[in-house]
Amino acid sequence: MTDNSNASSASHASHASPEEGAARPPRTVRVVLVDDHRMFRSGVKAELGAAVEVVGEAEDAAQAVAVITATRPDVVLLDVHLPGGGGRAVLADLTTTMPDVRFLALSVSDAPEDVIAVIRGGARGYVTKSITGPELTLAVRRVADGDAVFSPRLAGFVLDAFAATTDVAEVDEDLDRLSAREREVLRLIARGYTYKEVGKALFISVKTVETHVSAVLRKLQLSNRHELTRWATARRLV
Amino acid sequence: MPRQGPEEQDQGVSTPAPSAPPSPASAFPAPPRLYRKGSGRVLGGVAGGLADHLGIEVVVVRVVFVLLAATGGVGVAAYGLLWVFAPQDPFETVSPRDRGRDLSALLALGSLTAGGLLLMSALGIGVRPGVAVPLLAVGIGVSLLWRQADDASRSRWRQVTGTHRLSGLARAGIGAALVLIGSAPFLAGGPGRLAGSVRGLVAALIVAAGLALVSSPWWVRMARDLSAERSARIREQERAEVAAHVHDSVLHTLTLIQRHVDDPRAVARLARAQERELRGWLYRPGGTAPDPELALGAALEGVVAEVEDTHGVPIEVVVVGDCPMDEGLVAVRDAAREALVNAAKYAGGAAVSLYAEVEPEQVTVFVRDRGPGFDPDAVPEDRLGLRQSVRGRMDRHGGRAVVRTAPGDGTEIQLEMPRGNGRATRSTP
Repeated sequence: MTDNSNASSASHASHASPEEGAARPPRTVRVVLVDDHRMFRSGVKAELGAAVEVVGEAEDAAQAVAVITATRPDVVLLDVHLPGGGGRAVLADLTTTMPDVRFLALSVSDAPEDVIAVIRGGARGYVTKSITGPELTLAVRRVADGDAVFSPRLAGFVLDAFAATTDVAEVDEDLDRLSAREREVLRLIARGYTYKEVGKALFISVKTVETHVSAVLRKLQLSNRHELTRWATARRLV
Repeated sequence: MPRQGPEEQDQGVSTPAPSAPPSPASAFPAPPRLYRKGSGRVLGGVAGGLADHLGIEVVVVRVVFVLLAATGGVGVAAYGLLWVFAPQDPFETVSPRDRGRDLSALLALGSLTAGGLLLMSALGIGVRPGVAVPLLAVGIGVSLLWRQADDASRSRWRQVTGTHRLSGLARAGIGAALVLIGSAPFLAGGPGRLAGSVRGLVAALIVAAGLALVSSPWWVRMARDLSAERSARIREQERAEVAAHVHDSVLHTLTLIQRHVDDPRAVARLARAQERELRGWLYRPGGTAPDPELALGAALEGVVAEVEDTHGVPIEVVVVGDCPMDEGLVAVRDAAREALVNAAKYAGGAAVSLYAEVEPEQVTVFVRDRGPGFDPDAVPEDRLGLRQSVRGRMDRHGGRAVVRTAPGDGTEIQLEMPRGNGRATRSTP
């Protein structure tokens, strides 16, 4: 089920450094869709705008690894629950071998442990499947440009997880804490603000908002406390 | 497309929740489980089963067992343990020819016992004939009982004719009798010849050991049966529970949706309510939703569900932290409900979201919609919703409400309430 229809348009491969997001050239983002429901994949494909080109699809973990390795997309839209080990297995297989490929988790799951696990596994963001088409397109672009994407729900989880441990005295590592500014940004995102609205409310630029969010993502991924996962697990049992 | 429809739907429904993932695609298949083999066995089928398990020739296993047995008896012990604890291969039917091997098994066991005794006497562990013969008898008796407790024999008694049951009973009787006979010299000669109390104790121990040996197969089997039965029952119960739940909720809703195909609002409402219910069930194991009367998070979720149901507008909820309800928080909940109703009514179907954060000092709730917004000064005095139900209610309980809105910019209502307000009035506003 891999459509390699883009074989002719190999010009996309010429983008050398995706970090230069300042100019935002209108190049199309090459995307692989990984989800075990065909109907959902076709729905997402229809909703993604013209700025995004779907170069491959996969319905389980093993197929995803094969398709992603073959097509080398910019962004992978990854379902959290997949046959064959879930999104985590795909991330574990590919994040080290293909550091240029960025992953955006897309899931119906509300369970914090699932969400935190894929983020810690290397995904650049998490959005719920209820996201609208234009928002999803924007999120894909952001991830392609190297930024992080936080849905309100993920922002809530992160606030919860980090708040749960700030009063623990032994937390001294900088990674284990959110700065006051990061907390403010996350709070606004959790309230449903777009990055632009967050910038407006805090009198900072969208770029600065993106910087803060990326910093939070890094902390979430690198913070080596087990508490994050334990928090997530405990939340589910509450 | 219509051809694909049902297939897709079916797939969607039957996809299981995150279950144990199948083992990653590795080149090595897991080795077969260790079973005792019924076919081609000499004693209990242990060697054959072990050979299958390890993937080597059965002869090698047998030679190793014999060598180990000859050099100190470890082989015998190992064989015995495997015989007890490895279950019989459930996928194999024992052919009548193999059943005929019962006798040869008996002979093998008997000769093993005899050989062991001879070896002991040869090594100078003085075993007098007066002891050796009873020991031999005990050995044979025990072996008979072991045969009887074999899985296959057991099921054979159950299903087949009374003759088998009789022979089984006979075997049990003979075994027990042999044990008694074996221990008789110790018991009878007790006071006379074995004058020392130590010897009496030894005799008692031997008898006890014999009895334990004789009865142990039943204990082992009973424990095995019990745990197998229990896990089967638990699985069955879980399946029944899932089936009942799917029937009561999902199937019911799907039927309703089919009946309301002409009313998109009703369909959306039904689907949304079902989604909420299913999520609660899936992600809250134990099925016990926190009591809305007790916890703020559950209270807010309950309010959201209510507004979603009556107004058919999807509302996204994010709650950070949680705390027990008190008087002030009841006011927050009611104010939030009013704010949500307003948003659902006037936002024109645009997205509505609720965010609540519990901090050590206060609770903050935001209700936001992306509707057209309004000019607060242009709202007529007689419109009570916002002024009374939201702002007035919050003020009365020591909190406050802030409304941010502008035409074309959506509306956000912020509710703040100091914690511990209702119970003790220690907070200073």
